[in-house]
Amino acid sequence: MEISSIIFMVLLIAAGGLFAKNLKTIIRNIKLGKDLDRNDNKAERFSLMARVALGQSKMVVRPFAGFLHIVVYVGFIIINIEVLEIVLDGILGTHRLFSFLGGFYHFLIAAFEGLALLVLVACVIFLIRRNVLRIKRFFGKEMTAWPKTDANLILITEILLMSAFLIMNAADTQLQVLGSAHYTNVGSFPISRQLMGAFAGMSESSLIMLERGTWWFHIIGIFAFLNYLPYSKHFHILLAFPNVFYSKLVPKGQLDNLASVKKEVEMMFDPSADPYAAPAEPQGEPQRFGAKDVTDLTWKQLMDAYTCTECGRCTDVCPANITGKALSPRKIMMDTRDRLEEVGKGMDKNGKDFTDNKSLLRDYISEEELLACTSCNACVQACPVNNDPLSIIVDLRRFLIMEESKAPAEWTGIFTNIENNGAPWQFAQADRLNWKNEQ
Amino acid sequence: MSELKVPTMAEMMASGQQPDVLFWVGCAGSFDDRAKKITRAFVKILNNVGINFAVLGTEESCTGDPAKRAGNEFLFQMQAMGNIQVLNAYEVKSIVTTCPHCFNTLKNEYPELGGNYEVKHHSQFLQELINEGKLTVEGGVFKGKKITFHDPCYLGRANDVYEAPRSLIEKLDAELVEMKRCKSNGLCCGAGGAQMFKEAEKGNKEINIERTEEALEIQPNIIATGCPFCMTMMTDGVKLKEKSTEVQVFDLAELIAQAKNL
Repeated sequence: MEISSIIFMVLLIAAGGLFAKNLKTIIRNIKLGKDLDRNDNKAERFSLMARVALGQSKMVVRPFAGFLHIVVYVGFIIINIEVLEIVLDGILGTHRLFSFLGGFYHFLIAAFEGLALLVLVACVIFLIRRNVLRIKRFFGKEMTAWPKTDANLILITEILLMSAFLIMNAADTQLQVLGSAHYTNVGSFPISRQLMGAFAGMSESSLIMLERGTWWFHIIGIFAFLNYLPYSKHFHILLAFPNVFYSKLVPKGQLDNLASVKKEVEMMFDPSADPYAAPAEPQGEPQRFGAKDVTDLTWKQLMDAYTCTECGRCTDVCPANITGKALSPRKIMMDTRDRLEEVGKGMDKNGKDFTDNKSLLRDYISEEELLACTSCNACVQACPVNNDPLSIIVDLRRFLIMEESKAPAEWTGIFTNIENNGAPWQFAQADRLNWKNEQ
Repeated sequence: MSELKVPTMAEMMASGQQPDVLFWVGCAGSFDDRAKKITRAFVKILNNVGINFAVLGTEESCTGDPAKRAGNEFLFQMQAMGNIQVLNAYEVKSIVTTCPHCFNTLKNEYPELGGNYEVKHHSQFLQELINEGKLTVEGGVFKGKKITFHDPCYLGRANDVYEAPRSLIEKLDAELVEMKRCKSNGLCCGAGGAQMFKEAEKGNKEINIERTEEALEIQPNIIATGCPFCMTMMTDGVKLKEKSTEVQVFDLAELIAQAKNL
């Protein structure tokens, strides 16, 4: 086995191993969430996944960005066939292993090159939208230095990878023209051959250096990018699929009925319940009403947070945010992920029972943000990966109200009125039919 | 003006009758002065068509929606189970309501607590009456008028009902004009999630002003809606923009009642 094959194998195993380890940590973190059964209606779930994740149906609601995103997405998926060849070449020490496909290989190379160029152009446009046109939804208080850098890093990396791929092919074509030993004629290289002119004067050995250099740059870049995913919003390329699969299927307006509350209320309505009976021995941990920290949320809400692409479509349509309130649904998702990462790291360091006396509520998300929500579901509707920021807002509100009795004075008033006279306003229930005789 | 015929469930039961549908009036429909007009308009239509309906009257209580959205799940479930006991005791099968919040809660959140009913928003109910030929609407009064429909969040996005309200407006012979943000992309009026009952959080604009400005941009004669809270928000918005003489805000039931000269 050649030394280059050995180096390649070591890199491949290291990259794969590191990614597997990071993936395991993320899965562990997601499983810190509470149980929730989302395994019903499999057929509907697959169809939803096909439409929303695979088919990008919610991306194209904004046609320009949606179209460009599809270009990058299709490019990513198709070019992975090329990556497969590159990996096999790397292991076996071969050159263009799939070229035995003949005419079909010519076609594949042409398709890869066309897509590579389109991806490159799309990424440049995306960079311009973020940094030159400064489109509003890419800014906002949660878009601090890191999220902005993250977005740019992803785009720049893709541009570099695609450029390396095209330069590699151009050098290969030039070597084919020169009749270099290993570089047999394997295709027309429609895009990269346009670059050939730039390398015309180069010697065979420099060209081989360039071809090999870009080959290694491209594949090491991909390994590095793979291991960047777990730290980035780019992780959505993997999680978008399960995240959409496990979407809420009931109407958006339907909130869950808290089971812990249901038990208590049922007992109050049960005429045979003995009010003086000693309470049953509590089983397990006492349940919190609502959520104070990420571990009070369900695994699906935590998966949502890891899937968030920080595109800001939610915040862009949020009536509270539009009118200058503190609430930003994207911030809710990003805060949830940041806090979950913090809890996960704390557990890695100090064991499972670690506490840092911090919580998602207040240390990350303020009461003011929560109170600004109109529960209109615009954020849920807008999310291209079917995240549900509203469910997190409601769970945090539940904790505020039921565990801390912390409500704005007006809300305390409506609660009292509903309890006393069955309406949020202070009207007697006996007057409920008065409208009948009024004009 | 003829008296409204509004039988209660208790009266019906006493005389051994069972209505075909229960009209859930809701708190706004019972107590809010503007919303009471919607309630009356809807009942006029029901009376005109001769629907065998009843209301709970003084036995009705808040569905618990604002409590639930505010985070008070306990109060919500207390209300829900109380209401379900009443509804089930009267063997209610079918409910119509003029409030999308009641509609959403009764339809989606009550079943798990033991309340299973066929629940319709009045826009759906009226559309069905028209489709069945029981209700006919002549558009005379509204001919040539521009009407825009403000989608209530709890009817639209929350329950995917977009077409029933629009089909009613089309029956009026009016020109239906859409706002820039409409249907699934509609902008909230600002009242949902129990915001109706408190001051808005600090910001640079009221949500209902943002929405009203958007509606006024397309210069409608009438802003139609199907929710008593949207009604308050849009009416206030139009007033604040000093457009009350040019633009009126009506509920779908009121438009139909006017078209029928009820």
